[in-house]
Amino acid sequence: MNDATTTTIADAPHAARPCVGVQTPLQRVWVDFKSSRIALCGLLTVCLLVVFAVCAPLLTPQDPYDLNQLSIMDAHLKPGSMNADSSFRFWLGSDDQGRDIYSGIVYGLRTSLLVGFGTTSLALLIGTLFGLVAAYFGGFVENLIMRLVDLQLSFPAMLIALILVSILGSGIDKVIMALVAVQWAYYARTIRGAALVERRKEYMEAAQCLGLSHARIVFSHLLPNSLPPLLVVAAINIATAISLEATLSFLGVGAPITKPSLGKLIANGYSYMLSGEYWISFFPGLILVVAIVSINLVGDQLRDALNPRLQK
Amino acid sequence: MLAYALRRIIPSFVTLLVMAMLVFIGVFAIGDPIEILVDPSADEAIREGVRQSLGLDLPLYQQFYIFLQHAAVGDFGNSFVHGSPAMQLILQRLPATLELAITAITVAILVGIPLGMLAGMQSDSATGRLIMSGSILGFSLPTFWVGMMLILLFAVILGWLPAGGRGDTTSVLGVPVSFLSVEGLRHILLPAFTLALYKMALVIRLARAGTREVMQQDYIKFARAKGLSSARIIFLHVLKNIMIPIVTVIGLEFGSLIAFAVVTETVFAWPGMGKLLIESMLKLDRPVIVAYLLFTVCLFITINLLVDLIYSLLDPRVRLGGNQ
Repeated sequence: MNDATTTTIADAPHAARPCVGVQTPLQRVWVDFKSSRIALCGLLTVCLLVVFAVCAPLLTPQDPYDLNQLSIMDAHLKPGSMNADSSFRFWLGSDDQGRDIYSGIVYGLRTSLLVGFGTTSLALLIGTLFGLVAAYFGGFVENLIMRLVDLQLSFPAMLIALILVSILGSGIDKVIMALVAVQWAYYARTIRGAALVERRKEYMEAAQCLGLSHARIVFSHLLPNSLPPLLVVAAINIATAISLEATLSFLGVGAPITKPSLGKLIANGYSYMLSGEYWISFFPGLILVVAIVSINLVGDQLRDALNPRLQK
Repeated sequence: MLAYALRRIIPSFVTLLVMAMLVFIGVFAIGDPIEILVDPSADEAIREGVRQSLGLDLPLYQQFYIFLQHAAVGDFGNSFVHGSPAMQLILQRLPATLELAITAITVAILVGIPLGMLAGMQSDSATGRLIMSGSILGFSLPTFWVGMMLILLFAVILGWLPAGGRGDTTSVLGVPVSFLSVEGLRHILLPAFTLALYKMALVIRLARAGTREVMQQDYIKFARAKGLSSARIIFLHVLKNIMIPIVTVIGLEFGSLIAFAVVTETVFAWPGMGKLLIESMLKLDRPVIVAYLLFTVCLFITINLLVDLIYSLLDPRVRLGGNQ
C-alpha cells in the first residue's frame, strides 16, 4: 500500500478539468502544474536548455575547451563578426582568447546544469538519509544530526561554500562536493519535519505492529509520504546551486579557466567590460539568469501543485 | 530573564569553540605550511628545526590549545602578504564593509516596505503583480552579474557614476566614512543597491504578506469606520503592525549581508573585508583567512544572540516557553 499518495482525486471537481476515472498522483500534480502558463514556459525553457547542454557538440561551431580550435586572431571580436578563416560567424562575439561566446555559453551551460542537478541529487540522497534516520530513531542520534544542521544553517551558504572550496581546491568536482556539504542540511531539516508528522500517523503504528524491518518501514512507508515538500526544496535548490557555482567561479575559486562555466565566462569579461566589450559578460549572464528564473518558476508552481491545502 | 540569557549565551560559546576547531582543522588540512615557509632546497634537519620552532611538531590538540590561547586575545599571527597582524588588517577594513551593509539595509527597507505595502493593498492589480514579479527577479538574479550590468549601464554607457572603489572618505571620530560627501555617495550608490537587491525582494514579500493579513483585521475596519484618513491608517496602524516580522528578519539577515558583501566588494573594488578575504584566498594568506572566518563567526553568533534576547524582551512567551 502506498497510503495517502494514492488517494483518488476524482472528487476534486474543476469545471474545465476532464476527470476520467481515477487519477494517479503524478497526473494530479501535472494537472495542477499546467494551470499556470508562466510555469509551463519555465518548464519548456528548462527542457530546451537541457537539450542544448546535452547536444552541445552538435549545435556549436567550435569546441571552446579545445585550445587548438581557438585562435588569438579571433580575440575580442564584436557580435556578428566572421572568424579569421571565414568558416563561421561569432553571432555573440568572441572573448580575449578567441573563444566563441555562443559556444562558450552552450558548453558553460553543461557545466552549470551538471553542478545544479549533480549537487541536488547527491545532497538530496545524503540529506534524506540523515533526516529520516534522525526522525525515525530520535534520541541521541537525532540530537547530534539536528545540532549539526542548525549550526550549518545559521551561517550563509555562500560563506560555507567559499571556505570549503578554498580548503578542497578548485575544479568542478570540488565545487560539487562543497555545495553538497552546504545543501544536505536543507533536505535533512525538511524531511525530518515531514517525517515527524508522518511518524505519528496510524499507518506507521500498523507497519510496526506487523513487525516490518526498520529499513522497510523507513524506505517504503515513511519516505514516500514525506517526499512532496522535499521535491519543492530540491527544485529551488537546483537554481541556488547553479547560482552559487557561478558566484564561486566569478570569485576565482570555482571552475578552471580552461573549462569555463557560465560564471567563469562572466568573470573573464569583467576586465573588458570597462572598455565597452560588454558581450563577453552580458550574454552568458543573460542565459544564467534565464536558467535560474525558469527553474525557480517551475519550483514555485510545483510547491502550489504539491500542496494539498491548495487543492480546489 | 538572566537565566534565559545565560541559557542562550552558553551554547553560543560552544558553537564558537566548535567553529574554531573546524576552521583550525580545515586550514591545517590544506597542506603543510613548512612547504611555503622553507626554501625547497633546504635539507630535512633545517625543516625539522623550523617545524620545532613553530611548534608544528606538537600533537594537534596541543597546537589547537596554543592557537586558542592566542585567538582569545585576538592574535592570529601576521599576514604572509602584508606582514602586519591579521586581525588588525581585518579591523581596518571593517568600517567600509559595515557602511556598505548598513546602507544596503537602509535602501532595502526604504524601497521594499512601500513597494510591499502597495503590492499587499492591491494584490490583484497589475501594479501588485508587477511588484511581485520584480521580487522573484530580485531573488533569482545573481548578485555579481547585476553589479556588472549596473557598472556597464551607469559607469560605462551613461558615465554618471564611478565604476568602483570608495573615492575620498570623510573622517568621523577617526573612522573613514563615505556617506557625508557627494563623491562618497556617488561611490556607494551602486554597490549598496546591488547588495540590497536580494534583501529588498525579501522585504517586499514580508511587507506584502503582512499588509494583506493586517488589512483584514477588525481594528483596521474599525479605524475606517471611525473615519480616519487612509494615510493615517496606512502609516500608523498598518505600518506598525507589519514591522515586527520585518525587523526580526532584517536583524537575522544582517549577518548574511556581510557574507554577501564578499561578492559585491569584489565586483565594485570596494576596500572592505570581503575583498580582503578573496585576495587572501587567492594568495593562500592563511592567518588572514582564519582571522576573517573566526571574526565573522563571532559576528554571526552575536547577532543571533542579540536577536534572540531582544525577541524575548519583546515577547515574554519566548522565554516562558523555554522554561516549561
